[in-house]
Order: sequence, then structure tokens, then C-alpha cells
Amino acid sequence: MPNPMSPHFEYVLRIADGSLILGQRLAELCGHGPVLEEDIALTNIALDLVGQARLLLTHAGQLEGVGRDEDRLAFLRTESAYRNVTMVELPNRDFGFVVLRNFLYGAFQACLWDALSGSNDTSLAAIAAKSARETRYHVTHSADWVVRLGDGTEMSRERMREALAELWPYTNEFFSRDAVDAAAEAGGFGVAWASLERVWRHRVVPVLEDATLPVPPSTPFRSAGKCGRHSEHMGHLLAEMQYLQRAYPGATW
Amino acid sequence: MVTEPQAWAVLDTVMDPEVPVLSVRDLGIVRDVRVTGTHVDVAVTPTYTGCPATEVIAGSIREALLGAGATSVCVETRLSPPWTTDWLAPGAAERLTQHGIAPPCGHDAAAPRPVRLLPRCPRCGAGRTEELSRFGATACKALFRCLVCREPFEYFKAI
Repeated sequence: MPNPMSPHFEYVLRIADGSLILGQRLAELCGHGPVLEEDIALTNIALDLVGQARLLLTHAGQLEGVGRDEDRLAFLRTESAYRNVTMVELPNRDFGFVVLRNFLYGAFQACLWDALSGSNDTSLAAIAAKSARETRYHVTHSADWVVRLGDGTEMSRERMREALAELWPYTNEFFSRDAVDAAAEAGGFGVAWASLERVWRHRVVPVLEDATLPVPPSTPFRSAGKCGRHSEHMGHLLAEMQYLQRAYPGATW
Repeated sequence: MVTEPQAWAVLDTVMDPEVPVLSVRDLGIVRDVRVTGTHVDVAVTPTYTGCPATEVIAGSIREALLGAGATSVCVETRLSPPWTTDWLAPGAAERLTQHGIAPPCGHDAAAPRPVRLLPRCPRCGAGRTEELSRFGATACKALFRCLVCREPFEYFKAI
């Protein structure tokens, strides 16, 4: 039976796992980009995300205080122990889906990094300040593509509409409130994600409008990845991601 | 046995593995050097969070200082304040250009409305260049092309 997580640990894990799992999905595109420049762009973004995950998981491990380092946390947890939002574990459908997800999640990260500059957890604030600069490049890249594909050909617009229809309900999870958020605010080490909704929409909606993509209507759907309840895709992702470490425990090279 | 000025001088010889014309001092990633007896502490700020050269550089720093007479070296990663290309040493821009890499120009990535200027071609100096890819062979570089001499070149991104 896993020990209950402290809210501080869980709060950091939500951010760390988001970067880790999105980094993993983007890394899958290595060698499969539609053109060379985008193959390089997406894998560079993946590298930045994995870098964020390393810093955040190392910090989380220190907060937990039972000796788990970044590698043990990344590769040896079971599915329900991961705290990424469900959106980042969804399979890469097509290039439009990938850039749209990068945009929606990257814009969320940008809002979060800004808000965390006031955290009394100085390590978390430092990681946020560092990541903010790189996330800015990620969001510029993905926003450009969202606009180009949305306001593009009939086929590209249709694919973007489908991608948006699929992804939009998963953004509800970003802004749902729970006890972890309440503890973060009370403890001063983080902000409630719900408080970021307005500034996130302020960044995202104008880009969707430029892309001539209507914002889908809101639905009551709430994914629950950040509570450890993942979609059917998470198990497959972890099987691939964890295979080497589980087959050869403690391997280094 | 190595003194603090000697330690700094040694760091002038530790080069970035990916951009070998720049030393770790040129990059502005060495934030502090402290000598206690024969032990040296070096504080280094990483450039990009995912940059794989960070660990190589830490190893190179350790090796160089041990080779110069220190008996033990500790390289500490310092995240705050975050590294920015504003910290590049004064001569670095010139050396990058000579090496065929356009130095950072134009915009502060942290500003609310960053201004993006086009880098000059490091080969022919022309201002008419275009971006081919915002991301390049390494995390810190983008790929550009000169519209005058038609050669591609790498650009060290401002961050």
C-alpha cells in the first residue's frame, strides 16, 4: 500500500510528471517529423521538457525524503503514482494534434512558471524562472503552427478542428480545484491551478481566433490524471518508457 | 595547490564541447569559485535545462582543476538567477562570428514583448537573412540562411 503523499510532494510531482510524460510523447517523434526542421524542433522541445522533469523530480525526491532520486521516480513508479494531467499522455495523433497540445499545455506552463516566481519554495521558484525562458520559445513555436494550420488549407483546418475537439475537454482538468491546491496556497509554496484559468484563456483564445478555430463549447468532462487516475494510454506509455530500467535494474552507461 | 586567480585562469581553458571557441567563462556559466586549502568549489549555472553538455562541462571543470593542482573539486549547480545570453563575455560575440555562428542579437527572451531582429550572416556580413528553423543541432542554436551569399549558418539564440 503506497504511503500517502504530502501535499507539497504531490504538488511538485504534478508539474514534474507533466513535463516528463509530454517529453516522452514528443521524443517518440524522433525520426518521424513531417520535415527535418520540425523533427529537430519537437525533439529539442522534448529535451527541454525532460530537463525540467529532471530538476523537478530531483526536488520532489528531496521533499519526499526517502531516498528516491530522479531516475527512481521517473522509471520505477506504478501508473497510479504518476500525477501528470491526462492530456499529455494521449497518443500523438498527427502533427496538428501534436502542435496544438504543445500550445495548450505550453501556455499553461507559461502561466504556472510566472505564478511560481512568488513561491516560498526557493528551489521551485528557481526551476520555474529557468523554465519560463525556454517555455516561451516552445509556445511561440506551437502558436505559429496552430495559426498556420488552422488558417491553412481545408484539410489542415479540418484536422485542427478535430484535434481541438479532442483536446479541449482535457483542459478542464488544468483548472479543477482540490486539497493539494488548497494546501499549496495555505503553505505558500504554490498557487491553485484554478487561479490560472483567466490568464491562460487570455493567451490561448486570441491564437485560436487567429487560427480561425472556434473555441469548443465547455463540457462537464474532467480527466483525473493529476490525481493518479489515468487513461488507457498511460500503461502503454509507461511500458515503453520503463522497459529498460525494469529489465536491467540499476543499469548505467 | 591552486589559488583562486589560478583557478579562474584554468577555467579560461575549459571549452564548451559543442561550441569550442567559447570557454565556460565566456559563456558566463561560472558564477563562483572558492578555494579552501587544496579544495576548490565551483558554482555553475546551466544554460538550457535539458542541455546534455552540462554534465560534460562539469566533468571537464573537475578534471582541469585537479590537473592544475587541486586535490578535490566540487562542482555545484546553481539554478538561480537563471542563465541568460546577456552574460556572454565581451569578446564572445566576435569569436562566435569568426567560428561561423551568429551571436545572440536583438531580443531579451524574458521581456514582455521581445523584439526579434535578424542576425547578420557571419560569413559575408549581410543583413538579409532568414530563419530556417528555430531549433538547431543543439538546444542553444537556431538555423538560418543568408539570402545574399546563400550559405546556411547557426545562430546562438538570445535567452
